[in-house]
Amino acid sequence: MKTVVSRDQVQGDFVKKVAEISGENFFNCYQCGNCSAGCPAVDEMDLLPSQVVRYLQLGLAEEVRNCKSMWVCAACLICHARCPKGVDISKIMEALRVLRLREVDAVAQIDVTDFSADYLERAPQIAMISGYRKFLPL
Amino acid sequence: MKYPYFPGCTLYTKAKKLDEAGRECSRRLGFELDELPDWTCCGATFPLVNDYHIAMSGPTRILADTKDQGGDKLVTLCSVCFNVLKRTNYVMRTDEERRAKITDFIERDYHGETEVMHYLQVLRDDIGFDQLKEKVGKPLEGLKVACYYGCLLLRPVKEIGLDNMENPTIFEDFVRALGAEPVEFPFKIECCGAFQTVHSMDVATRCSRNILNSARNSGADLVITTCPLCQFNLDDRQPEILKSEPDFATIPVVYFTQLLALALEMSAADLGFERNLIDPLPVLQAKGVVGD
Repeated sequence: MKTVVSRDQVQGDFVKKVAEISGENFFNCYQCGNCSAGCPAVDEMDLLPSQVVRYLQLGLAEEVRNCKSMWVCAACLICHARCPKGVDISKIMEALRVLRLREVDAVAQIDVTDFSADYLERAPQIAMISGYRKFLPL
Repeated sequence: MKYPYFPGCTLYTKAKKLDEAGRECSRRLGFELDELPDWTCCGATFPLVNDYHIAMSGPTRILADTKDQGGDKLVTLCSVCFNVLKRTNYVMRTDEERRAKITDFIERDYHGETEVMHYLQVLRDDIGFDQLKEKVGKPLEGLKVACYYGCLLLRPVKEIGLDNMENPTIFEDFVRALGAEPVEFPFKIECCGAFQTVHSMDVATRCSRNILNSARNSGADLVITTCPLCQFNLDDRQPEILKSEPDFATIPVVYFTQLLALALEMSAADLGFERNLIDPLPVLQAKGVVGD
C-alpha cells in the first residue's frame, strides 16, 4: 500500500489537537512496542497502541480518527508504566475519544437500555458513571 | 487517632461490606474513620485530557472540604476514589494554571494541602503491620490468598506513589499480618477491564479470565481486592468464562476488609458474602477460617 507522508499532514490540525489536549509528544516514541505487548485490551483492537502513535507521528489522521482501539482502551496505564520514554498512551486514546465525542454528530457508545435489570442491580455505580463519562457525547 | 474518611457512592450501596467491615475493623484496631459531611461523588474517572477541568471540580471540593474541617489526611477504601482524589490533588499541587482555573470556578482556596491515603497505607504506615499482627485474634492459617492490586491503586506511580509499580508488596504484607499465606501470581497488577465492562464486555471477560486463572494456578483459595469495580468484574464474569471454558475453576473474590474482619473475629454472617456470585464460604469453611 502506498502511503503519502507530507509536512502538511504531520503538522495537520487534527494531529496538533491530539497532541495539545493529551499533552503527549508522539515523537518521544521510538516504536519499541512494549505498550502493545503489555496491553490487556489488544485482542479487541484494530490498531495496536504503538501503531496509533506511529500514525500520529506520520500525521495520518484518517487512520486513527475512527479506530476501534480508542474505544476499547481501559485506561489501565500499563503501557505508560512500561514505556521507556514515558509516553502516556491512555491520554492519547482519551484525546481521540473526546475529540470524537465533541463532534456535532457524535453518538453515544453505550445505551443504558441494553443492560438487563439484573446487571444494573449488580453493577457498581463506578462502572456506570465512568462508562457514561467515557462513552457519551460531551 | 481520627481520620477524615471519604466512602464514595459505591460503598454506600453495592459495596456496603467493604465500607462496614472497614469501619468496624478500624474501631477494633484503635482508629476512627470520621466520615466527611456533605460529600459528593468523586466522579469515578480522572480526566486524562488537559482541557477538561470540570471533572476535577468535584474531587477538588472534597479535598478542600477536608482541609477546611481541619483534616490533613483523607482516607479512602475504594481504589477508584483513591485514584481520582490522589491524581486531582497532584494537579492541585503541581499545575498552577489548572489549579487557578478550578479553584476560581469552585470559589475555594486550595493548593493540594490534603494528603490522600488509602486504608492499606494507614495500616502499613500509621498502625504498622507488626501491630496489626498482634491484634489478630483469629489468624487465617492455611488460607492461600491472591492479592490482586489492579490498576488504580498503583498507577501512575509518580502521582500515586503507594508502592513499587511492577512488584508491589503492601497487600502481601497485609495478608501475612493476618496469618494467611499470600501466593505470588503474575497477573496481580494487570487490569480487570475496568469500565469496559459497560462497553466491551469481552475485554472485561478476557482480562478477568487471565487474572483468575493465574491466581488459581498459583494455588490461591481466593482473591482479595480493594476495588468494587474489580470485585464486580472478577466475580460477575465467571459464569461467562465457564461458558467458553468448561474446565475453568471458579474462585471467590472478596474485599480485603472482609478478610481483615474475619481475622479480627467478626462473624462471617455479618460480612455480606451472600452478595458474592461465587460463594467464598465453602473454601473459608474448608480451611477452618469460618465455622460450619
